[in-house]
Amino acid sequence: MVLWLLILIPLLAAPLAWMVQQWSRHAARWIAIGALSIDLFLALLLWSQDYRFQDSGHGSWLLESQTSWIPLWGISLHLGLDGLSLVLILLTAFLGLIAIVASWTEIQVRVGFFHCNVLLVLGGVIGVFLAIDLFLFFVLWEVMLVPMYLLIAIWGHEQRRHASFKFFLFTQAGSLLLLVAIIALAVLHQNVTGRPSFDYADLMGLALKNEMGWWLMLAFFIGFAVKLPAPPFHPWLPDTYTEAPTGASVILAGLLAKTGAYGLLRFTIPLFPDAINEFAPIAMGFGAIGILYGAVLACAQTDIKRLVAYSSISHMGFFLLGAFAGAELALQGAVMQLVAHGLSTGALFMLAGALQERLHTRDMRQMGGLWGAIPRVAAMALFFALASLGLPGLANFIGEFLVLFGSFASQPFLTILASIGMVMAAIYSLAMMQRTFFGRQRETHIEPDLSNIAFGTLLLIAALQVWLGLYPRPLLTTTMPVMQTLVQPAPPSSNLTHPPSKFLPSSNIVTSHVSAP
Amino acid sequence: MTLQDFIALSPILDLGAFSIVTMLVLAVRRHHATIALLSFVSCLLTLATLPWASTSTPRAVTALLIVDEYALFYMGLLLSATMVVISLSYRYLKLHFIEQEGVEEYYLLLLLATFGGLVLTASAHLVSFFLGLELLGVSLCSLIGYLRTRRRPLEAAVKYLLLSISASAFLLFGMALLYFESGSMTFRGVGRVVEMSQTVPGLWLGGFVLVLVGIALKLGLAPFHMWIPDVYQGAPTPITAYIATVSKGAVMALLLRFATDVGALEIDTLAHLFGLLAVSSMVTGNVLALFQQNVKRLLAYSSIAHFGYLLVALLAGGSAAAEAVTFYVVVYCVMTLGAFGVVTVYSSERGDAERFEDYRGLFWARPWLAAMLTLSLLSLAGIPVTAGFIGKFYAIAAGVDAGLWWLVMTLIGNSVISLYYYLRLIVTLFDEEPTPATIPQGRAVQSTEAASWTAVFSLGLVASIILLLGVYPGPLMELIRDSVSNLVMVVVQRP
Repeated sequence: MVLWLLILIPLLAAPLAWMVQQWSRHAARWIAIGALSIDLFLALLLWSQDYRFQDSGHGSWLLESQTSWIPLWGISLHLGLDGLSLVLILLTAFLGLIAIVASWTEIQVRVGFFHCNVLLVLGGVIGVFLAIDLFLFFVLWEVMLVPMYLLIAIWGHEQRRHASFKFFLFTQAGSLLLLVAIIALAVLHQNVTGRPSFDYADLMGLALKNEMGWWLMLAFFIGFAVKLPAPPFHPWLPDTYTEAPTGASVILAGLLAKTGAYGLLRFTIPLFPDAINEFAPIAMGFGAIGILYGAVLACAQTDIKRLVAYSSISHMGFFLLGAFAGAELALQGAVMQLVAHGLSTGALFMLAGALQERLHTRDMRQMGGLWGAIPRVAAMALFFALASLGLPGLANFIGEFLVLFGSFASQPFLTILASIGMVMAAIYSLAMMQRTFFGRQRETHIEPDLSNIAFGTLLLIAALQVWLGLYPRPLLTTTMPVMQTLVQPAPPSSNLTHPPSKFLPSSNIVTSHVSAP
Repeated sequence: MTLQDFIALSPILDLGAFSIVTMLVLAVRRHHATIALLSFVSCLLTLATLPWASTSTPRAVTALLIVDEYALFYMGLLLSATMVVISLSYRYLKLHFIEQEGVEEYYLLLLLATFGGLVLTASAHLVSFFLGLELLGVSLCSLIGYLRTRRRPLEAAVKYLLLSISASAFLLFGMALLYFESGSMTFRGVGRVVEMSQTVPGLWLGGFVLVLVGIALKLGLAPFHMWIPDVYQGAPTPITAYIATVSKGAVMALLLRFATDVGALEIDTLAHLFGLLAVSSMVTGNVLALFQQNVKRLLAYSSIAHFGYLLVALLAGGSAAAEAVTFYVVVYCVMTLGAFGVVTVYSSERGDAERFEDYRGLFWARPWLAAMLTLSLLSLAGIPVTAGFIGKFYAIAAGVDAGLWWLVMTLIGNSVISLYYYLRLIVTLFDEEPTPATIPQGRAVQSTEAASWTAVFSLGLVASIILLLGVYPGPLMELIRDSVSNLVMVVVQRP
């Protein structure tokens, strides 16, 4: 029940936020904040309770809820929560609040509809982190697309239409590929056991040991890699991140990218253990290329939001490297990287938005010497630039360090390549600081500095960064059991012993690829 | 004929009788609202006979018709769609016709066209097939040109007439060839030749291909789609909706039964032909839709593409295919009625609202109407929590189940292309409001005018069905599985 509440609170608050618009502009904001605060509170409550996180893992959920939905296809409303989901839900609720604070001054028209869309996206994201029926997962995965598209298309910057189209087409293409793979899995299940099923536990037991598994794994990988994004599936990202309004950028980089990462951890790796064994070096290669590619291009940007966007590709490369390294340490680092990157990029986008609001440009060539004018923005930017380049003592460092440490054993060459990315991160982060805040002051007009609310929010994120950087244990112990099961995939479940059914039409797939026991 | 036969046939008989009653009332009293209501009630009462008819199904009534669950299901669909079209038409016709000008025959023609559609869903014989198709086609021809003082409807009517004639010519010749080879005019009899002789006679194949061309012309499958955009654009919008849903739905129902009974998909050549039609329809429809600046033409091209998706589902064969096709037809009807319904409601007496310009900023001016259109378009694009997604899911599932990987991948690629033009229209709805200075005077007056409550009610119903099927499709799936099981059973029982 609590799981449904987590999803439904934002979804139900969404139309409410829209409707109160006519009374007061701020009412919509407060409704959004209220809904997300309740979610955050619920998630914290779940975390603080004495659940035995040690027992959680794939197939054994801390909390579970299942209701029949479309019995004909073996589809049910099946939600499950484990450590990984919990951490990401905490991140979602927190970054959702950040996104609303970040758009407090920026969004002045159609405020109600804006917050309606934000809440719908967040409801979808939370649903994605909870759904363990693949059909339900896909539905929720898509639920977040349309409102996100509207956020970019209505409130975005100059090139918003172009960017929103690119975003929707790319992610939808990936999703449809994913849908085909999901359906194929259900059909395979039907061929083996006689009934179709979209349930995670059922599909885990399929244990595909052939070409078919390889292709399906590839479809799953691409579907999630588009969201992540890993080059070469990234062309939508720079435009989208840049053109979106600040709040939407925070959500895009902080959360939507994480849904792709979550999909890889939750579905791609455990569902196709055999194919992953062969594919892992390639995926790690994608990760290493992403790290370098994003970092090189970030160095060349003059648009501050574009710089953060490319750095985001680079940081997500670390996740990819760690997720496929097959070592518990690297996987832990990958999850840490998700949280850390969500926090630091969210803050950086908020600062970029603040700069744009004050200077009406994102072009760093027109900035310079701003430290004197807006010291709060500058100080916060320095902190998060350092966090982003992986300064020890902050969360990003833990993530990247664990990833590199954990994956060196399996892929030393790629790991060395990846560590060059950390050096480049220092270059582009410090260059950003130099070009924006130091040097000769160009802008003579003094603008108001950050408001207390925005400053306080950024301080809060900074505090979290420091906390996770110095004492990451609570987070790591929460996700540890899940990561352990990822390293040793669960044995095939016993549901494959059912005889193949007679009345269903035999299909090419089963005869040619799957050997029914 | 026994009493049971009459019971089974009651929907068709009922609608026929009501058509005559409507005609007689029309002769006595010409009153727009009365006739509209009468035709609506006719459909409603016909709908009410369906459960009664189902007590004596499946039943072959003469050699011509088979009334089974499958036919009854499609009849229900066609009748419901007709009712929506009738309720959309009322205000539209009032806008375009002054008092004292005869508009009442419009409803009579609608009833007759639907009557033809009902015959098609139950036909199991080449004769009833042809009769039903002609009844539908001829009525539609006059309906398309019903705004007889305008140029474009007339042009569209002539185009449709020419299409109907050529389709009939193809059909008749094809039927003649099939009859020549098989000596039978029932679908089952036509197929038996192939089963018995193990080889496919050349003339039989030629005949089937000709019949298929006739059907493809009616369905607007590429490369037989040339008439679709012009007729869709030219016809009065409610009639466009009618062609897209009732007419195409009935022909699709017939095609499914015909192909299953004849066993066409078991013949490799024909299966390849269907595959070719599917791919060309998907690609042609979607690619040409990218260039449209007119909403009605855009929906026309998208309908070509959607029937390509339907063929993918059809090609899967077996029970999965029949279920997927039927589900998709239902979903397609609902969302098309939604989209064209919005165009109808938004139209003014000066003409249909069909240019993209007309829709700029609609969301801020009339949010409910725009939301309805957005919902229909998202459904057409196949985005979850709308009916269209479940339809596409079903089609993909049927394709994957049959291992038609290339067709499925084509479908996916085309879905992505189609998103582009749907999004283009959706983003227009959310554009900045046009400043009052740029609005033509007439439009400003019109936009404040309320739509008639019948149209609003039916659109609301359509919207809730789109959402309901998207969120909770289980019951409909089970109903369809029960309905089509009969159709497929027949195949299984074949010697």
